[in-house]
Amino acid sequence: MKISYYPGCTLKTKAKNMDHPGVAALKALGVELVELPRWNCCGAVFSLADDDLLHLLAPVRDLIRVVEQGDNKLVVACSMCYSTLARANLLMRENSEKRHTINTFMEEELDYNGEVEVVHLLSFLRDEIGWEKIRESIKVPLRGLKIAPYYGCTLLRPQSVAIEPPEKRTLFKDLIETIGATVVDFPASTDCCSSYQILSNPDVGIEAVSKILESAESWDAEAIVTSCPLCEYNLGKRQEDALKKHDKLKELPTFYFTQLLALALGLGTEVCKFELNHNGVIQLMESKKFLTAA
Amino acid sequence: MSTTDITKGESKETTSSKELVSIFVMGKKYEVPKNLTIMKAMEYAGYKYIRGCGCRGGICGACGTVYRKPGDYHIYVGLACQTVVEDGMYLTQLPFFPANRATYNLEAIGSDPEEVYKKYPELFRCVACNACTKVCPMDISVMDYISAIKQGDFEKATELSFDCIQCGLCTVRCMGEMSQYHIAQMVRRVTGSKIKPKASHLKTMVDNIKTGRYTKAITDLKSMSEAQLRKVYPEREMEPTEAPEDWKPADTTYL
Repeated sequence: MKISYYPGCTLKTKAKNMDHPGVAALKALGVELVELPRWNCCGAVFSLADDDLLHLLAPVRDLIRVVEQGDNKLVVACSMCYSTLARANLLMRENSEKRHTINTFMEEELDYNGEVEVVHLLSFLRDEIGWEKIRESIKVPLRGLKIAPYYGCTLLRPQSVAIEPPEKRTLFKDLIETIGATVVDFPASTDCCSSYQILSNPDVGIEAVSKILESAESWDAEAIVTSCPLCEYNLGKRQEDALKKHDKLKELPTFYFTQLLALALGLGTEVCKFELNHNGVIQLMESKKFLTAA
Repeated sequence: MSTTDITKGESKETTSSKELVSIFVMGKKYEVPKNLTIMKAMEYAGYKYIRGCGCRGGICGACGTVYRKPGDYHIYVGLACQTVVEDGMYLTQLPFFPANRATYNLEAIGSDPEEVYKKYPELFRCVACNACTKVCPMDISVMDYISAIKQGDFEKATELSFDCIQCGLCTVRCMGEMSQYHIAQMVRRVTGSKIKPKASHLKTMVDNIKTGRYTKAITDLKSMSEAQLRKVYPEREMEPTEAPEDWKPADTTYL
């Protein structure tokens, strides 16, 4: 099976450790993620100003590129790209007046009416491949690894593009169980990591990060899994700042879900690129003997 | 200067054409022979180029021109030396635009996309409005190469931006206020010097020259009289136009 894939700028630069294992894992499962031959930045955040149509041009243009490929479905791995693309798509479907304005402005492009379905990779794994098939393909079950699933904001908010109902969320849990690990459902799973506040207001950012780490640790998690490069940056790469501020916190390795899936499928460190994660990630994998097994 | 002098080099119909069209240069109306390029029409009208004119061959990018047509809201662009006037054309030349250009030591930087991002952070202000692509007189997908740079794909950006003549019209139109063409030039420099493989045959050739392999041949040639040169030049062996891959000259001394 082939499916159009939108990696997003971060996955091509700072978060290759999310992109590479995702593409490789899907290949191992018999699905070719075909990167759109032409795409631009999704806009990163969906503008909430009602009359700000300018920032919709970028995501809508990407959706037009999918139509140009003769496709009607787009798989996205990054939570933020997913949210921005899915929300722009919804607006193009539902708001005829704005749709008309945007299509008129982009006169050099095909008219777009929301024909594409934007799918997050987690949903794709469940709906198009199925947990059973994935389970059968697991070569290195991550037995004994206690993982806290961290959804963050954009997978579940707003409800109109949520990948599943926030109160009945099971996608991460099912994935973690499928790869043989143990789920640690923790209360801060859907709290905000502080997003871009980490740059403009680092104190607030580090406090938000600390609370999430504390919550996961108090439930005995050994690792956090996420699907967002910004969450990974805040919880992972900026974790050091949180540890400096709070003595009781200990190091908590943070992964992308694609890395754990690829590892469990036996694809090894070259694909998983753990060296691009923060400190502690490789040590944890080594101590669990997942790397030698792969 | 007479009309015929100015139109020299234009097509035959042009030189014989008495038909005039009206153009507006910076708002002032001029009657000029149709079929002239904008550049020649402006000279016909009395403008004298000191700057804003370079190669006159459509490649130096010095004569970027913006124009409108009657009853049409679109902005059109072209190079003054290549674009033929149209009746009612309303134009101005934009020979220079104050664009941000970073300074850097190419020797000292690596191939990491971050090097370019640090020098040109405004890159990330692109909202994909596509005005740059629409304005480009060389039909370059400017927005696509900017996207490729943001995606860290410098080789793709190099390919896409290669025909750029640095006229700066993209920069004039950019709502993110970036100077796309200077960013692309830095990317091409990084790609050429750090990413693309080095040409090993070039190094061999330079070494051959330095060690004097061709010194005698060139000295012999330089010492020849004009009469000798006139004799040996037409006698030289040339590679046939449709030579096979493995073609070799009869004398292989310098291969």
